[in-house]
Formats: sequence, C-alpha cells, structure tokens
Amino acid sequence: MDPIKTLRSRTVVMPRTNIDTDQIIPGRFLTTTTKEGLGAQLFADWRYDAAGAPIPDFVLNRPESQGCAILVAGRNVGCGSSREHAPWALYDWGFRAVVSTEIADIFRNNSLKNGLLPVIVDEETHGWLVANPGAEITIDLESTTLRLPTGRTATFPVEAFARYCLLNGIDETGYLLGQDAKIAAFEARHVA
Amino acid sequence: MSNAPRTLFEKVWSAHEVVPETPDTPAVLYVDLHLTHEVTSPQAFAMLKDRGLKVRRPDRTFATMDHATPTDRAQIFGGVPIRMESAAKQIAMLERNCAEFGIELLKLRDDQRGIVHIIGPELGLTQPGRTIVCGDSHTSTHGAFGALAFGIGTTEVGHVFATQCLLQRKPKTFAVNVEGAFGPGVTAKDLILAIINAVGVSGGTGSVFEYRGSAIRALSMEERMTVCNMSIEAGARAGMIAPDETTFAYLKGRPRAPQGADWDRAVERWRTLVTDPGASFDREVSIDASKLRPMITYGTNPGMSVGIDEAIPASGDAVYAKALEYMGLSPGQTMLGQPVQVVFLGSCTNGRISDLRAAARVLKGRRVASGVHFLVVPGSQQVKREAEAEGLDRVFIEAGADWRESGCSMCLGMNGDTVGKGAYCVSTSNRNFEGRQGVGARTLLASPITAAASAVQGRVADPREYL
Repeated sequence: MDPIKTLRSRTVVMPRTNIDTDQIIPGRFLTTTTKEGLGAQLFADWRYDAAGAPIPDFVLNRPESQGCAILVAGRNVGCGSSREHAPWALYDWGFRAVVSTEIADIFRNNSLKNGLLPVIVDEETHGWLVANPGAEITIDLESTTLRLPTGRTATFPVEAFARYCLLNGIDETGYLLGQDAKIAAFEARHVA
Repeated sequence: MSNAPRTLFEKVWSAHEVVPETPDTPAVLYVDLHLTHEVTSPQAFAMLKDRGLKVRRPDRTFATMDHATPTDRAQIFGGVPIRMESAAKQIAMLERNCAEFGIELLKLRDDQRGIVHIIGPELGLTQPGRTIVCGDSHTSTHGAFGALAFGIGTTEVGHVFATQCLLQRKPKTFAVNVEGAFGPGVTAKDLILAIINAVGVSGGTGSVFEYRGSAIRALSMEERMTVCNMSIEAGARAGMIAPDETTFAYLKGRPRAPQGADWDRAVERWRTLVTDPGASFDREVSIDASKLRPMITYGTNPGMSVGIDEAIPASGDAVYAKALEYMGLSPGQTMLGQPVQVVFLGSCTNGRISDLRAAARVLKGRRVASGVHFLVVPGSQQVKREAEAEGLDRVFIEAGADWRESGCSMCLGMNGDTVGKGAYCVSTSNRNFEGRQGVGARTLLASPITAAASAVQGRVADPREYL
C-alpha cells in the first residue's frame, strides 16, 4: 500500500445523508472475486440509465468531477452492508478520501485498510464544503487537518494506529502476524 | 477495577483481549468463531496465497454458501447448471479455497446448508460468551446468545484467517431497555423497527447495544435473533442479550453445543454473563413495548417506519422528499391499503421456523391475491425440512406461494431473485435501501404476519385482522 501523507484535490460533493454501501456498489456486482475494476460500477444505479448509458447530470459523470480524489458526502455515509467492495470501488474510481460529519463504523474501518481516508469534520466545515463543490482542499494526515481555500482548517480524528500505518504504507496484517507468541499464549489459557 | 460492576459486553470483551488497547495501538481481540461465505472471502483467501500464509485455526472457522446461491430446486438438485455464471464461479472458488485451507464447508447440496446467521445458532456453533465474526454486517444476529458478534470487511476476514485475531478499538456501551408486553399483532420485528426509528439509523454508531428488560426476557431465542439481527440498521455493530434459561434450553442437545459434563460446566460459566447490578452504560434508551403497533417502512432506510395504520410524516428535508419520490409515496398517506406486487418471506432476519409458522397461520385456508408473487425462502435446509414435516410447505403452495430452497435470495437480490423496477414488495428482510431488492424495487419492511396478510389482500394489510 502506498503511504498517504498529504492529499490536495478538488472535491466531488454528494450531499445526500445516509448513502449506504448498496448505493456505492449494488449487490449484483459482488460476485467478483478480485478487488480491481469496481470503479466502473461505482454508484451504478445513480450513474447509468436502464440502457447502461451515463446520466449526464449525475455528479460523477460531469467533466469537472474527473480527476477529483475527495468525495464530500452527507451524514452517515457508508451505512449498511459490510461489503469492502464499497471502498474498493471508490478507490478504483480515483477517490482517496471521503469527508462527512459522520461515517458508519464498518465502512470507516474498511476504508482505512484500503488507502481511502475517512475524514470526519464539524458541521460548519462540512456546510462550507457542500456549498462550494469542486473547491480545492488539502487533507494532511500528519497533522490530521483539513484546509479549506479560505484558510480555515478543521482537525479530524483518526485512530492512532491506522494513521501510523497509512503514513508509513504499512499493512496491519504484518503487525498482527507479529503478535504470534502472545496469541499462542492466549490460546493456551483461553476457554470458550 | 476487577471488583467494579461490569456490563455483559465488558465481560466478553475483556475475556478475549490478547493485548489490551493503548492510546497508540488498538486491542488485539481473539475470535472464537469465524463464519465465512462465498461473497466476502475470495479476496481474503487470495491474500493468504499471495503471502504464503495458512488459516491459523481451521477448527474455529466454518463456511457455508448463501448470498449468491440459487433458490430454485432444479439448479441445486436437478442437475441444471447455476444460471448466473459469476455466482457459479464464486461458489466453486469457495469449495476450492475451503479444501485447500482445511475449512469445513456446507456445500450447495448439504442438508445443513443455509444462511450463515441461521445455521450458526441451529448447529449450536453460536454460544454465549463467544466472539463471533463474519464478513457480513448481520453477524450481530448471534448476539442474541450473549456472544459478542459483529460484521467485518474482507481485509479483516484475512486477518482472522491468518491470526484468529482482529485489531479493535473498544466500542461504547448502549442499553436498550424494553419493558411491557406486546399487544396483539406486534412481533419482535415490529420492536426492532421501532427501536431503529427511535434511535435513528446512525444512533448506535460506535456502540454495542445490550437489549434488556422484561420484554426482552419474554422473547424466544428466534425472536431475540430477529432483534439483534437489525442492530446494524441503527448503526451499532453488535447487539447483545444476556443468556438465560431460554438460551440454554435452545442450545441443549444441538450438534455443536457442549455435551454431557462439558455442557454443565459451560452453563455454569454462561450464567455469569450478565450485566452486574450497578454497572453503567455510556448511553441508554427506553422503549415501552405495550405501546407498539405493527410497523412498516415507507422510505429508503430502515429508520423510516410508521405504525401500519399511521400516516407517513411530512418533512421539509430534501433527502426525505427524494426518498418518498423513489418510493412513489406521499406524506399524509397511510401505508394500509397500498397495493403490492411482491411479498418476500425469508432472510436472516425472519427466515426461521417460527417465522414460517406465523405466516402460515395467517395464510392457512386463504389464497395469495392474484397478481402477487409471494416468495417463501426458508433460512436453511433444516428450516425447510422442519416446515415440510409440519406441512407448512403445503399451506404456502396451496395458497399460491412460491416455495424455495434456502438462501439470502431476495433480501439482496444477488442471485437473481429480484423485485421488478417500480414494484412494491412487503419484505421480512432487513434493508429497504434503493435498489436493494433489484433496480428500482420499492421495499416495505415488515413482520412475517404483516407480509402474509398483505399477500392475501394484495395490498398492505393489518395482521391484526387475522389473529
């Protein structure tokens, strides 16, 4: 995994609240057996018409959204199904961060493990982002701050270990494997 | 510290800490039981292969196939190839992976196969005090036994395969106190829909629910599973209920439950799994069960529900308006009488034998309204056999319903069992998200008896007319 330190990009704004993972990647695409290529189906039911043609005014289909790496979404983004296909699809499309006032637990965990930074900000910062789609903003993981072009900054919470792994491009599997002796000792005494 | 009163959650959590959390590192939490299925495992097995790793504890890992599997008999037992090629490939891949890594698997024709959250309890794999995970958000179901059970993503599935552990921050505790007795026609499904409505779809984020109170104690195990199943729909990753005599009676004699002297020792241990008097929760909410009525959803998340005879509320919110537009419904309208084209009885929420019995009682001697497709999908092959032994299949078939093999089916429509565009479906499943049951499908979540009553009338019907 590539380290993430600073991300500077224009935003794509989807202000809807409770965007669930079924919208991010509908269930019929989950029969895949790899992680790659899901960007084509990202938000499929909002993005394409019945014939499979892109719906021109859907935000991801607009020319100005191309190349954007930061998605600003309404409250409680990523609720519902645990499918990791949701962050895989967002990442494959090109997103590297999702910004909201509230992010559902499993989606937040899954995102952190795939180089997609979940960024929770205050209502005021979020309100500015929603009102200014396409704004170029900076997200700095080292200082855990999000900077608006107005100069306003907001700090965001990130679990300390996940932050360390993202900054250094380390994956958690290796860390867990390194706990082997402790796990074996636990297993020797554990009843259940 | 050791003498301080503790919640049920805290007891189970601390008994599984291989390494406690610190400000810099999350806890290393041990997993007693890892359930897996065809959809969220392929990429995790691929990670093991890439890195030359083994499954650390195949004996603590158990696999079934349920999400993408067909439900029509011909494709399972009739020699007809699985119609959906990508699903067939995923199923074959799970078989190869389980064989390669030494994991016990219930294959497509196995008579114990079923939805992962139905078979765990059914086989007695789900036990009080265990930590149970699965790459599926409805793993919260198993919390009905006093287990700490939650859904994980595929990267974490890989972590558990490789190390039997997860890196976790300790969640907050949240008591959901339910007192009072249900009125007529009110079921566990109506209770959990009312709880989600009260707490909100993100109210439980970061928390583990403990359902408590006289109304919870009075529930059967299958009803408790229905309640815990939908904890995730309120944002909570897990929901727990302290084990009691009801729990022990359900588990006793199940094939994978402890037997003989081991059983007695286990029950003795399980009896300690209660929240101590004086233990405090980070949050609490109280629900009066006697005030509930049969519930139904009208919107595009499980929090958007009303009493079946209540009007859809009005709101100035644009997202709310968009949800109602998708549903083709208006504020002020009552759900009762809304024409429906499809009824789905099944899923890990309401696909157990008691759910089928309740629906069959409503349906017996009646007909499914013309133009309505009533799909009945038992939660497991064992539920199916039990229903057939009781003659429930005859009740459904004679009424004009479609009696299928087990699986997740129309809950998420992955296997091709879908609701048509724009059609209304009264569904006993757990999610009414846009397109969840098929592109353009309009889902109305309700209990099995509301579903059966609606199938009879061809429109949303009040189950209290059939009691």
